[in-house]
Amino acid sequence: MNIIVCIKQVPDTEAPIRIKADGSGIDDTGLTLVMNYYDEHATEAGLRLREQFGGTVTLVSVGAERVKEALRTGLAMGADDALLVSDPALAGADHLGIARVLAAVIRTLPHDVVICGKLSTDDNAATVGAALAEYLGLPQATAIAHLDVDGGGAGAVVHREVEGGVEVLAVPFPAVLTVERSLNEPRYPSLPGIMKARRKEIKTVTLEHLGLDAADVGMAAARATLVRLSPPPARKAGRIVEGDAAQAVSAIISFLKDEAKVLS
Amino acid sequence: MSKDVWVFIEHAQGTPKKISLEMLGCARRLATALAGSVVAFVPGSKVDQVAAAVGQRGADVVNTAEHALLETYTTDGYAAILADAVRAESPAVVLVGSTAQGRDLAPRVAARLGAGIVTDCATLDWREAALMATRPLYTRKAIGTVRVTGAPCIAVVLPAMYPVADADPSRRWEVRRRPVQIDGKAIRTSVREVKTVHRETIPLIEADVIVSGGRGMKGPEHFVILDDLARALRAAVGSSRPPVDSGWVPHDYEIGQTGKTVSPQVYIACGISGAPQHLAGMSGSKLIVAINKDPNAPIFQIADLGVVGDLFEIIPKLTEAVKKAKGGSHG
Repeated sequence: MNIIVCIKQVPDTEAPIRIKADGSGIDDTGLTLVMNYYDEHATEAGLRLREQFGGTVTLVSVGAERVKEALRTGLAMGADDALLVSDPALAGADHLGIARVLAAVIRTLPHDVVICGKLSTDDNAATVGAALAEYLGLPQATAIAHLDVDGGGAGAVVHREVEGGVEVLAVPFPAVLTVERSLNEPRYPSLPGIMKARRKEIKTVTLEHLGLDAADVGMAAARATLVRLSPPPARKAGRIVEGDAAQAVSAIISFLKDEAKVLS
Repeated sequence: MSKDVWVFIEHAQGTPKKISLEMLGCARRLATALAGSVVAFVPGSKVDQVAAAVGQRGADVVNTAEHALLETYTTDGYAAILADAVRAESPAVVLVGSTAQGRDLAPRVAARLGAGIVTDCATLDWREAALMATRPLYTRKAIGTVRVTGAPCIAVVLPAMYPVADADPSRRWEVRRRPVQIDGKAIRTSVREVKTVHRETIPLIEADVIVSGGRGMKGPEHFVILDDLARALRAAVGSSRPPVDSGWVPHDYEIGQTGKTVSPQVYIACGISGAPQHLAGMSGSKLIVAINKDPNAPIFQIADLGVVGDLFEIIPKLTEAVKKAKGGSHG
């Protein structure tokens, strides 16, 4: 089975961020960058399919040279190959532009299934996976929490959590899947895996290699642009109540009545 | 391009989802700025009741798309009819709710149409021929303003950002029935079954009040005291990440970076320390009440009312007091 896993490198969610003085974005000097949390689950899903069906797991990403570190994390987990699309002309590309680039690179690779995280933790957009499926002309199943590929590898039954229930879907392969964190428990990279990943050559391709024009996928094509990044409105600490349970209850009741107005 | 603002209406059992009704209010503001109409797009198999409900709550036009194959949501079926309808009528803006369905559908349709798309929107405005959205970024450590252009601009809107208007039966609206043609074979990802998970409390994204438990709940058996409080308050029950990871509650309870984003009128955090990953999902709540034994818990730095104490003692008494308060007002 030819398995493609899409990876994004993002700031560590536990680390503080610094917003640039001009509000154009974040200052990433010294920022710890990691593989997007959900992409670890996507990589794990890919590795399990390889264990079940044989084949290869190929990681693909779009971004700067340093994104290779995130790809090496996936290689250390056990992926076979990694490919990075890196091109300065992609600065300012929007999600659909990135999805177009991923589609172009995936078209050059044999693919039975393409797996993405359900969203990336930097912007929470949850946009690239479904857009990628559209550009590839493939069926999709997003935010899946259970994956059961049939014996012949011709398709899968998946579960997706929806509000108030679970959808059981049948999706024929090739398909694009985006994965929820409850799908699996990602393995840790092994020491030999880390050593091997370090030596592995990661191929870098440019838009030109893919036959893409920056005018179609870069900033010029972007229809969504971040114009300003600001700190969130500060929340002040409010009243603190210490005392016995009766005092606590009466403080909460007055709060719910008078301030929140959810109790009449 | 028309100046209309469309709202994709999600519904179940003949009733629009709350998020869809909230978006009608958001759409009205945008339509006023654009000098266009608010158009509700209602796909499904039998949608008259839903059409009336959205007409009474602010749609100028209700655009229905009825077909037996639209009875249940499928990506391929719904993407096809929404993309076709948008191509035919060229609205300026299409609003879609940030639900499992909306997040599955909107990016696919945006890619098909070459539209601009922004997701997780907290506020939306129309300024200088563009849709301006604000949305949380970087685990809510920043708020981004995103400018979207394109025909149309597609915005996926967070729940509880706009109020639901009261129903006004005297309103007049126009119903347009779109002819729908769908080839069953074009629906590739098919629905085998939808398993309904029965909850006695209301869904998280529809709740004005959320009662949420963290590691301090100490075990699955104690969530029943939160259920009782939630029933008394007509609230939903959620959790931070540790109870989910420990298997005390199902994954769909989770609020935070790796769970849901909520912004109820009141969020009552019980035994939740307030890790950044949890705050990412709830710090947009209008008001926050925190109950925690540890006076140094970070949650107290953002709580409007912080109660230092034993939740196992406080919550049952609070539930009784709420019942008494409600009983007093109703009879």
